[in-house]
Amino acid sequence: MIRVVLPAHLKNLARVGSEVRLEVGQPVTQRVVLDALEERYPVLRGTIRDRRTGQRRAFIRFYACEEDLSNEPPDSPLPQRVVQGEEPFLVIGAMAGG
Amino acid sequence: MSSVRLLVGTRKGAFILTADGTRDKWEVTGPFFGGWEMYHVNGSPADPNRLYASQSSGWFGQLIQRSDDGGRTWEPVGNDFAYDGEPGEHLFYDGTARPFEFKRIWHLEPSRTDPDVVYAGGEDAALFRSADGGQNWQELPALRTHPSHPRWQPGAGGMCLHTIILDPADQDRMYVAISAAGAFRTDDAGASWLPINRGLRSGQIPDEDAEVGHCVHRLAMHPSRPDTLFMQKHWDVLRTDDAGGVWREVSGDLPTDFGFPIAVHAHEPETVYVVPITSDSLHYPPDGRLRVYRSRTGGEAWEPLTSGLPQSDCYVNVLRDAMTVDTLDPCGIYFGTTGGQVYGSADGGDTWSAIVRDLPAVLSVEVQVLP
Repeated sequence: MIRVVLPAHLKNLARVGSEVRLEVGQPVTQRVVLDALEERYPVLRGTIRDRRTGQRRAFIRFYACEEDLSNEPPDSPLPQRVVQGEEPFLVIGAMAGG
Repeated sequence: MSSVRLLVGTRKGAFILTADGTRDKWEVTGPFFGGWEMYHVNGSPADPNRLYASQSSGWFGQLIQRSDDGGRTWEPVGNDFAYDGEPGEHLFYDGTARPFEFKRIWHLEPSRTDPDVVYAGGEDAALFRSADGGQNWQELPALRTHPSHPRWQPGAGGMCLHTIILDPADQDRMYVAISAAGAFRTDDAGASWLPINRGLRSGQIPDEDAEVGHCVHRLAMHPSRPDTLFMQKHWDVLRTDDAGGVWREVSGDLPTDFGFPIAVHAHEPETVYVVPITSDSLHYPPDGRLRVYRSRTGGEAWEPLTSGLPQSDCYVNVLRDAMTVDTLDPCGIYFGTTGGQVYGSADGGDTWSAIVRDLPAVLSVEVQVLP
């Protein structure tokens, strides 16, 4: 079970609470987690990744275990503590503007 | 008695302002979608309870929201705006070619007859259509692929398709305007497009009367005269009486003919409103005085409307989609400012009052008259 934390605007959009919990298959990667997230909450399609290219949107970051994973390849395995559900996978709106 | 509902899009959410037909006391609800840029909120003429809203953010991209109960509740609908085929390239600010890249929806124009049909004007310039209440969108690609498109370029706000006018007399005819490409007309429901910019002169482009490249800010039409259009261009106010065959300047005695919105009185097709702005480099009213100008002669002769509007120390702008008229008698006219005020006049512009003063910067104002 993977724990995902969304930025406030996307929580409101998806009408979810503080954390989303997802069951995903192995290996657990950014792509697998985001695919599962968008499958459960279709309204999030296009808000985190570009619909066409699958690229992370410019002002979105991915953090976990105090690491910035934003520029990791989308098919790289996520940290074991995320896979074990001990740490959340954080989707962050970059600090920019207001 | 009829009631009036204003749909206000701002930089940080949408607001709905309601009043009875006297338009005296207003109730403000919102923000809806707080924190998001709401470029446009518009209602279906065929079903006033059907509203569409363009919700976007630099972080999270574009969404479309739909309400079926006049704005009490909303549901996100489709946000897949894909260019049909190869995106192609347009001219960029620095003179290089740049691929078309979808950024946001500026304007939503519901069909006059079918609440499920709605058109969307995008940046980078493209026209989309939905026939299922916004769930799915298809581009009408003949516009973006018009042979002139390599010469289209962005205005300061981006290369946006910001105006869509559906001809009330001919369901196959519509007009659009793009900054900075110009105005276009289709007579076959979007299968082909004709640039309609003859008569425009723009000193900001090398060939000032070129076929395309003009920074058209807004078009307006009175439904009883679908061949007559009024235009507020970057500089110049113009009109055409032959559906865009040729335009002539009607700036006349305006203090400045730079501005963004333009609107036509609901019952007087030769009564036109603009909000003059100092210049292309000074986007605020001349002398700090917010004045709407009205022409009762279809242009050329203009009178300032000042009663109830700030006449000193006012340095706001009024954006292109932020002025509208209602269909009551006397005609109501409304506009919103980048300072967050929404002003209304229930007497055709003779007197004004602030309906609300402290919203986020206003991007768009639409009005519905409800039975």
